[in-house]
Amino acid sequence: MISSRRNSLSQWNADQRLAPLLALLAAGAALILLLVVGFLIHEAWPVLNAGGWQRFFADDNWYPLEGRFGLLSMVWATFAAAFGAVLLAVPLGLAGAIFQCFYAPPAIAKLYRSVLALLAGIPSVVYGLWGLTVLVPLVAHWQPLGTSLLSAILILALMILPTVTLTSATALGAVPKSLLNGAAALGLTQKGTILGVTVPAARNGILSGILLATVRALGETMAVLMVAGNVVQNPTSLFEPVRVLTANIALEMAYATGTHRAGLFASGLLLTSLVLLLAWLAARVTDNLRHV
Amino acid sequence: MKLLSDEPVTTYTVGDVEPGPPCCDPVPHLRVTNLSVAYDATTVLDDVSLDINKGCITALIGPSGCGKTSFLSALNRLTDLIPGARVQGRIQFEDTNLLGADVDVMALRRRIGMIFQKPNPFPLSIRRNLELPLREHGVHHRDQLAHKIETALRDVGLWHEVSNRLDSPALALSGGQQQRLCIARALILEPTILLMDEPCSALDPISSGVVEELIQRLRGRYTVVIVTHNLAQARRIANYAAFFWMKERVGKLIEFGRSQCLFETPINPLTAAYVAGVSG
Repeated sequence: MISSRRNSLSQWNADQRLAPLLALLAAGAALILLLVVGFLIHEAWPVLNAGGWQRFFADDNWYPLEGRFGLLSMVWATFAAAFGAVLLAVPLGLAGAIFQCFYAPPAIAKLYRSVLALLAGIPSVVYGLWGLTVLVPLVAHWQPLGTSLLSAILILALMILPTVTLTSATALGAVPKSLLNGAAALGLTQKGTILGVTVPAARNGILSGILLATVRALGETMAVLMVAGNVVQNPTSLFEPVRVLTANIALEMAYATGTHRAGLFASGLLLTSLVLLLAWLAARVTDNLRHV
Repeated sequence: MKLLSDEPVTTYTVGDVEPGPPCCDPVPHLRVTNLSVAYDATTVLDDVSLDINKGCITALIGPSGCGKTSFLSALNRLTDLIPGARVQGRIQFEDTNLLGADVDVMALRRRIGMIFQKPNPFPLSIRRNLELPLREHGVHHRDQLAHKIETALRDVGLWHEVSNRLDSPALALSGGQQQRLCIARALILEPTILLMDEPCSALDPISSGVVEELIQRLRGRYTVVIVTHNLAQARRIANYAAFFWMKERVGKLIEFGRSQCLFETPINPLTAAYVAGVSG
């Protein structure tokens, strides 16, 4: 009796000590995000204060040394590259996930999963190298210059493909067996079951995977920088070079000073807001999944 | 709480139906002979032979794990989905052996529908739940779809409850409504036989009563095979009853006959003990 009471007391004490520690660590992680955003605002302040945030969208082009901070063409380029990649990767990834879950023999499915996991682990600079030496010449062969929006889209699509495939496969695999049995008992073919029941039932998981992939495509820097050509201009053609926001920061940070430097921080702030917005959307979609 | 009275009983129509033969004049609809089911090396059901009579309700009773659900799943070849399952014997339906390798399983399952223990509507709208199997089986015309959906929903007494929200999610319905939707989904394919695996056991008593009443109304138009652990329910609704029991870890059919005989004057002492609530 007494020993058990002491036991429970000591456990209680351990909880008492552990809980604040865990809370502190958790708060630390959350705080870092706030610090990063705060830091971005602080560093971007000179240029935000001087002309207001509107100038990033109102100025005609990006000539930071002349005090012109138009980011719009780079924003469009970022969107074009990211959404182009998503447009390519989603059908491919979904098809791959469906193949892996329902059609592939177990050995092949396993191999496919490990290949995708490897693909996800390749450093982006290696993708960039491959893009520069293989993809860009291929595109150039078709339409010169090669370093272009198309190359950026292709390399990004390849990079986010594993994310889309793996998250979709997880979502498809989590569809309750009772639904599949129900579909079978109605005489539905496998194709009818997949398109009519399984994919709709997994739609929220698939959607949140797509949003995560979009976030990755928006934030990717190195590979895009190596294949996109980095000319600041509106993305009017797939074969024209473009510069995305991330590449802009990476390219100019080394030598930027004063308002130019602040302008780069402001573009970083914009990018972070976009990514946070998408991450929030993804979280909301996952939440909805839980409520259904 | 939802009461039975908020839906007038008169809305339960089973459409313009030709009633089946009266149950006192049995015509076999499914003839099961020497049916055995094994999963990998484990036999769960051994050497079952019985006739399922047309238009009647046949209840399968017995303790858990004695092969009732395996028996039911074999009848529409849902056992095909279980890896390692082996089904032997013969199930005669019209002039084919359902266990034959050349049977069109998709067409078979359209003729022999199944209702599961836990309502399993697809996470789609009510309308899509009913449209999906129809489209899959070649019904695409819009008027035809609408007509069949209304008929099926009327047949299960759900039309007045959902006709104004056909496009809202099926998962928003109550458990009993979901189960009736699942029954409608099976009926919409115009099967002749319905297999039901404890269709009421996951429902509250009132919903369960509604579903039970619905099953009663299906008698004559459909042949119903129902697994139930509720002996009172079996006694109320079944024309025929089959009692399964585990002998040496293998499921066996102990007694089969008219429900009244099986419950009131059972021949086998095991049956007598089980229906009297002594064992099981």
